[in-house]
Amino acid sequence: MITFSDKQLKIPKMSKPVYLVTGGMSKFARAMPEKRTEEICIDAMTEAAKFIDMTPAQLKKYIHTCYYGHFADHFGDQLLGESVIHDRLGLDPLGNCGVKTGGATGGTTFWEAYKTIASGYSDCALAMGWERMDEVPTDEGNNLISCAADKDWETPMGHIYTGYYAVMAQKYWQVFGKQEESFRKTMAEIAVKNRGYARMNPHAQGPMDITVEDVLNSPIVAHPLRALDCCLMSVGAACGILADEKTAYEMTDNPLRIDLAAGSHTLRVADRRNMEIPLLPNETKEQYADLGQRFPGGDRYPGFTGFLAARMASYYAYRMVGIQDPTKDLDLVELHDAFTISDIQTYEDIGIRPYGEGRTYVESGDCYHTNPNTGEPGKLPANLSGGLIGNMHAVGATGIMQIIEVGQHIWNRWGEMHGDEAKWERFDREKPKDWKNLQVHGAKRGLAISHAGVGSHVTCTILQHPDHVLEGGTL
Amino acid sequence: MKMEHKASAEEDSKRGTVKVVNGRYKPSGLFHFISPNTPIKDETGKLMGITNPRDMTFIHSYGGEAIFFESMGLGKLMASRCDNPDCESKGSIFMPFRIHCPDCLFKNTVVDITERAKKNAIVHSFMITERTGAFNTLPTPIKFVNVEFEGVCTILMGALIRGEPKIGMRVVPIFKTKNPDYIITDMLWVPADWPTEDLPEGYTY
Ligand SMILES: [Zn+2]
Repeated sequence: MITFSDKQLKIPKMSKPVYLVTGGMSKFARAMPEKRTEEICIDAMTEAAKFIDMTPAQLKKYIHTCYYGHFADHFGDQLLGESVIHDRLGLDPLGNCGVKTGGATGGTTFWEAYKTIASGYSDCALAMGWERMDEVPTDEGNNLISCAADKDWETPMGHIYTGYYAVMAQKYWQVFGKQEESFRKTMAEIAVKNRGYARMNPHAQGPMDITVEDVLNSPIVAHPLRALDCCLMSVGAACGILADEKTAYEMTDNPLRIDLAAGSHTLRVADRRNMEIPLLPNETKEQYADLGQRFPGGDRYPGFTGFLAARMASYYAYRMVGIQDPTKDLDLVELHDAFTISDIQTYEDIGIRPYGEGRTYVESGDCYHTNPNTGEPGKLPANLSGGLIGNMHAVGATGIMQIIEVGQHIWNRWGEMHGDEAKWERFDREKPKDWKNLQVHGAKRGLAISHAGVGSHVTCTILQHPDHVLEGGTL
Repeated sequence: MKMEHKASAEEDSKRGTVKVVNGRYKPSGLFHFISPNTPIKDETGKLMGITNPRDMTFIHSYGGEAIFFESMGLGKLMASRCDNPDCESKGSIFMPFRIHCPDCLFKNTVVDITERAKKNAIVHSFMITERTGAFNTLPTPIKFVNVEFEGVCTILMGALIRGEPKIGMRVVPIFKTKNPDYIITDMLWVPADWPTEDLPEGYTY
């Protein structure tokens, strides 16, 4: 049993509020032979500048520190690739730093920029992330990703990271999903939903108009996961600009409050030890007393079924900003849907549903833009961007894309950023005839989860409209 | 085991090897092989980029885990245990082997859990996949098993090389005692009571 000290569980208290001023993204695709990485990063930066009616040159004048998220040096085959981008963005001689936390790299890049602003070191910081996973064939790419597992204890077994993750999916499937056909169908509905939402996103790499049957008939990757349950492998970049209050309002009339917290867990799933469930504000110890009876095999926490890093990131973040119940206090979320089943696991880790009941978030219709059961707006829409399954997973950019997507809803500019005919044309993509504006009406607060692999790193980002900041946090 | 795209015998005969003498690495042979890059062009013949081939050998230290990797070739599974009387995790046995206790950071004691593994190891979870990454040497489909041992606080990942995995089934380790590679695949798993005659080449109970 692992225990944590009060000092370790201290809720972060920042010195001053931090704002998200703007953000931008490139097109996302499986391969971009026509572009060097710097061109993709410049695309993202240019969109961010344009979003607040600035030129890139004007925007750059505000930046004081830069954080660059780039998961895998060996994918780009360039050590210090961050310095290459920093130079090409013309941001020398500003201090800059590369950030690497696997799949959570994007979120962690924001986490660093956030602390830099909150500390007073900088008034304005750039957080930029990218990945290009097209410079090796898929087979070699799988090997490179597997090198993010333990090189001595895991990588030599198959050189396939999905496999190291899928053992957790199997456990969740058997213990909490009880191998029920209805649960398998709920997983498929996430894949249908996210690929469907991706159809409305000109940036998205994997839009598809599919049915539950299509998912259930797609090739098996690792039972119970099928091809359409899995996320994409992408090339692309995304960036955000963070600032203190004074600078933020100099740059735009509409900055958003932003707060982040991070958690971690063992790189090897094998090293997980038992502990008590760290409780979120909307949970009690008693409600989990019979978890092992309701779900035989489910009493071992976090076991193979919970992501402790996601739990801890939200444990800190909710108390920092005063979230009592994420479903009530938030208007939308962007989650790390690397696989349909890990999406369900995350609903529980971040308290959208109690442990064991994640599936009901989908089955209730709460996670949809429009609840398919009632025709009313979903209570807490998830992954309207298309997520990692439908939009992209350009690792270092993913967590940033999620934050910007949430921001665009709170800015009430989602329709403008996704419906623009010129953007569809520029990305050489056809805007669907039935294109629908997925703007969440009246969105005031949202959350983004950036997650690495089997759960080694997770960040939880909360965005709030400055006129609707929750009370009861530490800020 | 299958080995696709294997280096030529000539290359392998020259490939670098290393000894440690007086605490220093003494490499001999070739640690990289040079191949020319080639252009990448589009259908009109316009240059888009280049290929960058490479073949290079790393020198990697097992340090305090060497005992684990060496023991598999001797048919033994070595774990480690925190014996610090003041540690809140005192008595915890770790598999994967941890050189130091993650709580008190004292050096762990090496413990032989071969018998324990043979008598009561069970499958905690598993996964079957046809997909592998480049450099894979395991036969497909790969059947990963996560193995629970009585009295061990962690759950080891391995590959089941015979039979079909199931949560809760008893499994037994087998070891590559003939020509060990000194990597984690020197230990594989089979269902309990699997016939000795049907173990993979080079592996024994
Ligand atoms: Zn200890």
